[in-house]
Amino acid sequence: MTKNYDHIDARLINHLQDGFPICDAPYLHVANELDLTEADVLARLKKLLENGTLTRFGALYHAEKMGGALTLAAMKVPDTDFEYVTEIVNAFPEVAHNYARNHELNMWFVVATETAEQLAATLVAIGLQTGLTVYNMPKINEYFVGLKLEA
Amino acid sequence: MNFEKLDLTIMRTTQTGLPLVSQPYQVIAAELNLPVELVMARFKAMKESGMIRRIGAVPNHYKLGYRFNGMTVWNVPDEHIDELGEKIGKLSFVSHCYHRPRHLPDWNYNLFAMVHGKSQGEVDKQIEQIAALLGDFNLENDVLYSTRILKKTGFRSHPS
Repeated sequence: MTKNYDHIDARLINHLQDGFPICDAPYLHVANELDLTEADVLARLKKLLENGTLTRFGALYHAEKMGGALTLAAMKVPDTDFEYVTEIVNAFPEVAHNYARNHELNMWFVVATETAEQLAATLVAIGLQTGLTVYNMPKINEYFVGLKLEA
Repeated sequence: MNFEKLDLTIMRTTQTGLPLVSQPYQVIAAELNLPVELVMARFKAMKESGMIRRIGAVPNHYKLGYRFNGMTVWNVPDEHIDELGEKIGKLSFVSHCYHRPRHLPDWNYNLFAMVHGKSQGEVDKQIEQIAALLGDFNLENDVLYSTRILKKTGFRSHPS
């Protein structure tokens, strides 16, 4: 894959995975640390978001600590029904991510709601609408969430 | 004072991203009709308490060349899973590490670790490293690769 970013973008991406200041002019602060101008930092960030090198720039919230409910669920979807089931599952606004994976449990999705009751109800509705068993795998314990990917 | 409602409002306004302007916190404050000092104080407090994991850039793994993203899953004894999970979570190439429930007899795995590499060989080595750390506590393991992204919304923990 051809790179959509240059070495200055790479420095910016790496730097901004370590955090972003909460102050009056945070982009200027970052620019000064990297010996760039504020306008350059803003222009590069816009470009990196537009071309998809960055999926997001901002605050990453901890769903449960914000009072929300979240789970990972999986299903065994027959190959012949895969597209049809994908449509049903993706139509739920509560489904944030959905991935096809190489396993008998071949569909894995994240469900996020405001309350635990809504979460349970959504899983029941997905099971009813697809006619499939939903394997609910809520986290019992979290050991680590993070990772810096070196650009 | 209870900031719960205020924090949720700030989250709903900013979970898709921060404004790309010189003074982003001022823009958020103006949009919410709040003093900027209060908005910045809540950001700091939420970061301090872990309600905000971090503020910053989220790269697309694939675009940075990390094309091999595996969900490694392990069956380890429940009585040892916390010490093992802490160890695996400290590995530099692990982005998420969780204890999740088994669903016997279809799903025997209780420890999940997402790993990322630029080649299959790199990911194979990472899996070997995890297996070595788990030692005899690794009763069985597997790795699931995503074959297709079916849906990926900008992550929203509170769909509106």
